[in-house]
Amino acid sequence: MRIVLAFGFGLIFGCGILISGMGNPAKVLNFFDLAGTWDPSLAFVMGGALTVTAIGYHLIFRMKQPLQASSFRLPTRQELDAKLLGGSAVFGVGWGLSGFCPGGLIPVLGIGMMEPLLTAISIAAGILVARTVIRLNYGDRPAKA
Amino acid sequence: MTDFTPLLSFTGGTLIGLAAVALMAVHGRVAGISGIFAGALTTKFDQEWAWRAAFLAGMVASPLVLLAVTGQLPEISVPSSPALLVVGGFLTGVGVTFGSGCTSGHGVCGISRLSVRSIMATITFMATAVMTVFVVRHVLGG
Repeated sequence: MRIVLAFGFGLIFGCGILISGMGNPAKVLNFFDLAGTWDPSLAFVMGGALTVTAIGYHLIFRMKQPLQASSFRLPTRQELDAKLLGGSAVFGVGWGLSGFCPGGLIPVLGIGMMEPLLTAISIAAGILVARTVIRLNYGDRPAKA
Repeated sequence: MTDFTPLLSFTGGTLIGLAAVALMAVHGRVAGISGIFAGALTTKFDQEWAWRAAFLAGMVASPLVLLAVTGQLPEISVPSSPALLVVGGFLTGVGVTFGSGCTSGHGVCGISRLSVRSIMATITFMATAVMTVFVVRHVLGG
């Protein structure tokens, strides 16, 4: 049941991405192009997503536990360190070059174009290299946001 | 140029939020796509791998569902060259791993919890993305 529901939630997430325009790199890059062909649409994606998620989370966290799991798994770290800010800065550069963030990319893989596939392989390579570097230097595994 | 689509974009955003809320309510998990993708790449083939793989499979299937419902595929246009996609993709993979998340994990789920880390991460990657596009389009003239 957990697996079927996860598939369904991924489906809803992906439809949201495609309807919103987050999966279209031309639109994403225009959102960042303040000095050129600016398209503010993606601010409305964030607006819609944040409104629903903020209210929804607020209601959910009144429950003792999730419906199909023993506890809510939430990040607990507080520190604003070089890893967080440096990593985020590098992600922004990558996003600005390709126009694909991970959430925007995955649904587009289903359309069967070459460019998203090439980008996905490159992201996977970056994740694996970074994981290795972190394991060697910090001796731990990166936590998820 | 791309069309300004406030209504469609807001509607899509609410669906993203709905999925994020559902994943937290049922699985107790943050809908951070880079984390889910990384987890599906590297963990053992256990229950934790299975829900991540299923979530990603649902995302990949979403264009087919949209095609069935609306009769057309969404417009996707990729302005960047293959070389930029490879470099940009690699930096994205490195960045989200060190930064512990991406647009969905920090930008949607983290900010919704008022996490200071996520707010700072989102400001940072939005700022460097804007700077990168400025350099590529208006300094290098790409």
